[in-house]
Amino acid sequence: MSTTADHPVEKIGEASAQYVDERLGSNKFLGRNLGKVFPDHWSFMLGEIALYSFIIVLLTGTFLTFFYNPSMVEVIYNGSYVPLKGVQMSEAYASSLNISFEVRGGLLIRQMHHWSALIFVAAMAVHMFRVFFTGAFRKPREFNWLVGVGLTALALGAGFTGYSLPDDLLSGTGLQIIRGILQSIPLVGTWAAFLVFGGEFPGTDIIPRLYAAHILLIPGILLALISVHLMMVWTQKHTQFPGPGRTNDNVVGYPLLPVYMAKAGGFFFIVFGIIALIGGLVTVNPIWIFGPYTPDQVSAGTQPDWYIGWLDGALRLMPNWENVIAGFTISWNVLIPSVIIPGILFTGLALYPFLEAWASGDKREHNLLERPRNAPVRTGIGVAAIVFYGILWIGGGNDVIATTFNLSFNALSWTLRITLIIGPPIAFLITKRICLGLQRKDREKLLHGYESGRVLRLPHGEFIEVHQPLNYKELAVISAKEDLAVLPAPEKTDADGVRNPTYRVDQLRHKLSSWFLRDNITRPTDAEIEAGQAHASHTAALEAPLNEYELQDEDPVGHGGVLHHPGMPMTNQEQIDQRQ
Amino acid sequence: MKFLSARRRNPIVAVILLIAALGAVGITFSAVSNIQPAQAALGTQTQVEEGKKLYLEGCSSCHGLDAQGSMNGPTLIGVGAAAVHFQVATGRMPLAAPGAQAVAKDPIYNEEQVAAMSAYIAALAPGPAIPTAEDLDYSGADVAEGGVLFRINCAQCHQAAGQGGALTAGKYAPNLMESTPQEIYEAMVSGPQSMPVFANETLPIAEKQAITSYIMALQEAPNPGGLSLGRLGPVTEGLFMWVVVFAAFIAAAVWIGIKAR
Amino acid sequence: MTELTSTSPSQEDGHENTPAKLGHSPVAPIPHRLRVTDTDPKAARRAERQVASMFTLSMVFIILAVIAYATIDKFATIYIPVLGEVGTSNVVLGLTFGIAVFLIGAGAIQWAKKLMPDVEVVQERHDMVSEKSDDQLAAAQYERGKDESGFARYKLIRRSLLGALALFPIPLVVVLRDLWITPADSPSPTEILSETLWTSGKRIVSDGTYVPVRPEDLPVGGLVSALPEGIMEVQEEEHNMNARGKATIILVRMDPDQIRSQQGEGWDYNGILAYSKICTHVGCPIALYEQRTHHLLCPCHQSTFDLADSGAVIFGPAARNMPQLPISVDEEGYLIATQDFAQPVGPSFWERDRT
Repeated sequence: MSTTADHPVEKIGEASAQYVDERLGSNKFLGRNLGKVFPDHWSFMLGEIALYSFIIVLLTGTFLTFFYNPSMVEVIYNGSYVPLKGVQMSEAYASSLNISFEVRGGLLIRQMHHWSALIFVAAMAVHMFRVFFTGAFRKPREFNWLVGVGLTALALGAGFTGYSLPDDLLSGTGLQIIRGILQSIPLVGTWAAFLVFGGEFPGTDIIPRLYAAHILLIPGILLALISVHLMMVWTQKHTQFPGPGRTNDNVVGYPLLPVYMAKAGGFFFIVFGIIALIGGLVTVNPIWIFGPYTPDQVSAGTQPDWYIGWLDGALRLMPNWENVIAGFTISWNVLIPSVIIPGILFTGLALYPFLEAWASGDKREHNLLERPRNAPVRTGIGVAAIVFYGILWIGGGNDVIATTFNLSFNALSWTLRITLIIGPPIAFLITKRICLGLQRKDREKLLHGYESGRVLRLPHGEFIEVHQPLNYKELAVISAKEDLAVLPAPEKTDADGVRNPTYRVDQLRHKLSSWFLRDNITRPTDAEIEAGQAHASHTAALEAPLNEYELQDEDPVGHGGVLHHPGMPMTNQEQIDQRQ
Repeated sequence: MKFLSARRRNPIVAVILLIAALGAVGITFSAVSNIQPAQAALGTQTQVEEGKKLYLEGCSSCHGLDAQGSMNGPTLIGVGAAAVHFQVATGRMPLAAPGAQAVAKDPIYNEEQVAAMSAYIAALAPGPAIPTAEDLDYSGADVAEGGVLFRINCAQCHQAAGQGGALTAGKYAPNLMESTPQEIYEAMVSGPQSMPVFANETLPIAEKQAITSYIMALQEAPNPGGLSLGRLGPVTEGLFMWVVVFAAFIAAAVWIGIKAR
Repeated sequence: MTELTSTSPSQEDGHENTPAKLGHSPVAPIPHRLRVTDTDPKAARRAERQVASMFTLSMVFIILAVIAYATIDKFATIYIPVLGEVGTSNVVLGLTFGIAVFLIGAGAIQWAKKLMPDVEVVQERHDMVSEKSDDQLAAAQYERGKDESGFARYKLIRRSLLGALALFPIPLVVVLRDLWITPADSPSPTEILSETLWTSGKRIVSDGTYVPVRPEDLPVGGLVSALPEGIMEVQEEEHNMNARGKATIILVRMDPDQIRSQQGEGWDYNGILAYSKICTHVGCPIALYEQRTHHLLCPCHQSTFDLADSGAVIFGPAARNMPQLPISVDEEGYLIATQDFAQPVGPSFWERDRT
């Protein structure tokens, strides 16, 4: 480093950087990357929430391992929680109680661990929605989408194994259900259940095994995949929303040092702080109330954590189909909701970017995000999937909903069963229509400016509605829309009458492409836009003398600066020049 | 011990045991059957008559003029004073409106009237009596044992924390957080509505007291972890996480993204 | 505003500008508003004090957290409106630590927002695809490797290597077989799942108290969770609760006239019916018995069974009746099982109907 260090601490820092650089060549990396630009948008922080809550899960989880004992040996509880004193329970449960009652701050850490685990999965899900609906998974980011899908699946596994460890009545019942699910798998299910549980349910092996998976196997893979995920983001640079000055070939935002580092680092502490506050103020999983697990007790309202709720809901809503074929039992009532539906959902998620690229024939790199309205079919599919998931999720809590709102869960279940079938297609159609409507509105705006709602009578008696030209931000955002052509229908035979060998596949591709693209509203040409905006400026100018007084008073600052007199507008260049 | 085990298989022993068992049953039965007339006699003749009057006015339209039951209400013969007290003193009876099940509300009858109606129904046929203060005294009970029994016998419907839960077709097991020891006892011995009977023979009074003490402990228990979220488990936790915590994160993210003035 | 909006997007491609700082160029000549802190030195000072006080307060709260850890009794509770009666230690530790950490974050963000430059800058992207020359280099390296190793030439080596690599993970999978350690004469999973502790003459004891049950103990409308006698000894001996998980039953009594059907002739005893407590769907224990309707409801997935009608499924995802246990009384008047369940209890499995 060739900076001039003037503070003693800086001098030490410089010397250390030199020392490391001589051994690793790290300054080359720093020099290239400390100024790396990240675009700024609140929705780009969803992934950060997931990352930070994962770090908090790791920190708090490590603390918990110092006290937790993954053993199913039965002991007599003799801790300080009186309503369980003298009760027989597993060491796992007893040590979880000790963390909650004997270890000072243990309950806080346990609750922070549980809350941040719930948040981890939630943040991943919402981050995934953001990536999906803005088309951020498109080339060149398909691999990162795949890694993300893998991370989501692993997060569910991490969550469920953790949910099971305290060995309370709730978590044990969850394992009992897992045993039932394993047994439903054709051919190998019975053996799979016996291998997983080390014999019959509940046995004494499952908690230690889940512990190994929960603290070593799953977090290890998670850590590795998260590193890959971040490295890909680093190499490919973050996507950005369309806006003034933002093109497919640049990235506009703040440099890593100092702004982004302060913002991202600050956000970590904010997430950490909120989780600590929630851990201190709000109970999560009060295991002492549920009691120790025994396979012949159950509590009403037995539910998994939210992220498994949809699978529980699927199990509830499934009709009771079971067949015996050639003497072998196939439990469709368990297999479909707990194995086949999640299988289809995750496979669909993983394959989606490749399917869409194939159907649209789009081979370009995309660094500018697509507004959800500009891909109506994709947005529709996403909303339909969320509706499907949401109904299953509601199903997972239908008993609590029934008692809270004085309903019959039987009626509720039937309603949900029907909605599960008809809800997603309806959601798809409505979403697609809304998107197309918004596209039309955008086209209007580009061609005529936006309607001010003010009607003006011209001197010769004509009435016109005043159209205002779009401001530069909106113009940039809307005009960034890209149009893709539907792939042409293939010919059955070529000019020489030779049969097209790939006709069927091409035909399918053509149909998919048409379904995906045909309803889109075309963007006006640049010339049309310019003419439209100029015309809007013209009508606005007609009105201008009438509003002179008001316009003067109008605050030109876009972000609510009302109480102070803002500085004069300057270009970025001017401002940077001024600072130097 | 050898002496005993050697003679255990002797057929005479079986006969002796049988006689002993029969004797024990007989003694128990006479003890039990002695109690009931005695308790029924607690209601004076005037109370029974007063109770009958109240019954004919307020209950007979559904339960029949002779409490034999009808299309609209079950028979009350043999349900005992405990059932009457539970149903009427908690306001579940008389029914306010037809529904999946009777809902607890402010009682219509005062203590005296309830006692009279209980006496009338108890006079029709023996049944579980209103518990005495001694029956309800749970001060010597083991709360942890009560917890175990609660999870075996009660938690399946009333939920592990006593918050209640759903039953079929809109019925529900009520929340126990406001229940009194007397209501708890009476519900167990009389089996109101959907609830099965937990008779004193299979769940003796001492164990009922233990269960009561556990429910009372649940009612009074603080929440060491903070806001309880209704002690309903993962559903409310998930809801809270999405609606409050995640919303806070989004708000923070939006704040970070907004340009300063 | 009007003269600004006339800037058309085509003019805004600012990446042609010469970089003002290392690797950056500003975002095109589009307007950028200065913040109060940019123009008013007083406001900047104020922001500086604000950020510094957040960091300082954070230190204070951390010290408070340590004091709270050392002084607050871990069993103390405190009444806080909205929260109710809560654990003092947990709440105070969470609040002090949470606020302290939050303040570090809020201070950093405030610093970034108010005092660090809020000028967005531009960085160029490059297509992810490698340069032609790199492509060729990679191809050349590959060719060299192929050539020098002789991978293409030595067919035998190649094929045997692929075979060896394909086979080597097999032991790693095979060793998983002993996740379930089974002695040589161990029964198969099917046999294990098909047998419970119930045998002819085994007494029925109530769960929790482990006292044998007599028929007269159980009134009409009554419910008892029950187990086979000696369950605790078995549990002690096996050091697990496997036997309990299979043998657990519920006893219910109804008016014998109301029993419409049973799984076997005379399997009740004077209206007392014994059913498995383990749901046939995925195995949750069930005892949500409605004595009026004789319905048994599973709290996990809401399968509903009619115990007056052979335990038939009347709602929900379960496909099979709840297995019934035939019962009688022994000569001493205690309820007993007359045989084991006629079918495996609990969730279905592949080989279930072959037994």
